[in-house]
Amino acid sequence: MSLLNATQVEGGYGGMNILKGVDMAIDKEDIGVIVGPNGAGKSTMLKAIFGLVQVNGGDIQLRGQSIANLAPNKLVELGMGFIPQEKNIFPSMSVEENLEMGAYIKPHTTKRMLEKIYSFFPPLLEKRKQPAGELSGGQRQMVAMGRALMTEPTLLLLDEPTAGLSPLYMQEIFDRIVEINKAGVGILMVEQNAKQALQIATQGFVLASGQNLYTDSGQNLLNDPEVAKSFLGG
Amino acid sequence: MNELVFFINKVLISGAVSGSIYAIGAVGVTLVFSIMRFAHFAHADQMTFGALIVLFLTALFPGSGAALGIPTPLLMLPLAMAVTALLAIGIDKAFYKPLREHGVKPIVIVIASLGVTLMLQGLIRLFSGTSSRSMYIEESKAIFRVDLPFDLAARPLVITEPQITLIIFTVLAVIGLHLFLNRTRTGKAMRAMSDNVDLARVSGIDTNKVVMVTWILAGSLAAAAGTFLSMDVSLSPDLSFFLLLPIFAAAIVGGVGHPYGAIAGGYLVGYAETLSVFNWTILLRPLNNWFPEWMELPRNLSLVGTEYKIVVPFFILVAVLIWRPTGIFKGKVI
Repeated sequence: MSLLNATQVEGGYGGMNILKGVDMAIDKEDIGVIVGPNGAGKSTMLKAIFGLVQVNGGDIQLRGQSIANLAPNKLVELGMGFIPQEKNIFPSMSVEENLEMGAYIKPHTTKRMLEKIYSFFPPLLEKRKQPAGELSGGQRQMVAMGRALMTEPTLLLLDEPTAGLSPLYMQEIFDRIVEINKAGVGILMVEQNAKQALQIATQGFVLASGQNLYTDSGQNLLNDPEVAKSFLGG
Repeated sequence: MNELVFFINKVLISGAVSGSIYAIGAVGVTLVFSIMRFAHFAHADQMTFGALIVLFLTALFPGSGAALGIPTPLLMLPLAMAVTALLAIGIDKAFYKPLREHGVKPIVIVIASLGVTLMLQGLIRLFSGTSSRSMYIEESKAIFRVDLPFDLAARPLVITEPQITLIIFTVLAVIGLHLFLNRTRTGKAMRAMSDNVDLARVSGIDTNKVVMVTWILAGSLAAAAGTFLSMDVSLSPDLSFFLLLPIFAAAIVGGVGHPYGAIAGGYLVGYAETLSVFNWTILLRPLNNWFPEWMELPRNLSLVGTEYKIVVPFFILVAVLIWRPTGIFKGKVI
């Protein structure tokens, strides 16, 4: 049984289906990467999994239990974490308060998890009293990831974690994602930087017009001339 | 010297009193705005409502505060705060929540709150009539006259018991609010929701609970402010009409959504009012001998007449909206 199993998902905003039957399966050991052209429904799929977009058809299961259209706070309790693409921090709150909010549903673990997050993202320790809105883009992304990891999720969803970051930070974030995955967290992310992301992907999903176009391991997709020509810029 | 005492009584003490009322009211308005993103016009009527509950309870058990050595209305205040908090939650459940869940634009909820204002005012008049009433039944308001140890000062400083209680209450409320917002899990969740409501939801924060806590804070603080004001003057059903503008001016001056800004804004509006209606001739008269012969002091040198006091917050509001729409403190607009 997969950790996450989405079958023939249809959904979108206001009754209009952007997703027209998408399949996706992720295991605990997997790093799943969703790529595809603009408007393919990549972010929509991620949001549908996390209960932020109405699912009108198909099913989404977490460890065999249907989670379609469950509220986000219920999904957090079930062990999922979500990192939005933009506005993924609380800007006027300190770094530490941002992290505390991540553990809102598990307040007794806050102290232990704070230490864990600070050892994982050392730059955050020295900035812990600073408002998160004053940090650089890369550090904000660390705060966002730290916040989502505070509940010790088993599945982490990331919406374009490297958008707008310099190549240096981008590599750093990808390295961290691999580390998080090795610690036993299933990853599913949407990425614009498709080539770099597919290199760490065990599962790659190419979407177009709300449907699966290719599903394979990241390496195979990178080596597929069709995929390379159409979606990876040759 | 007498003139200075007069100034202290009329400006410093009066300003602190109305400033505290406005500050407490504006904190409620600003908290509601930062969590639910709409201007809650029925806020001032919750003040009248809270005071009315105190009056009812006082009328039911007159003189019961004497046993504890405090005025009865003060004894009834905590209960009235709880009732008003419940009212605020009830109003939200009945009128605002369905609209919010429908995903309407904030202006629709603002207009709904205007409807609630009219409804509450009707309800208040239905039970209390249209006349003003004293909050003290079988008791009288304690007025303290503090004689100053100067021979020149024949006038005493005058301050009433509800004024003292109000100022102490405001200080405690501000400290309490600060600790609540910065030290407690629910308080931080409130700030989180005000910062980024989507992320708060994604983090698993129970937004319905935060909304409820916001109404409890806003409602109970409103009841307290209304009660202190009514104890100091009297309870009249149109109390809220005279409070709405200064309270919103205070909230906007402080930058909507910033609780500390609202407190500063409240005192700024309060002092601006008292300074504008103060007759400056009184302070200048002792210096009359030094003025040249041809210059005669006018009888009244106040900026605006007392009856037009309400133009002061109005002017402040307009000025801030033109020159500093984000409030006197720098910061983002929500």
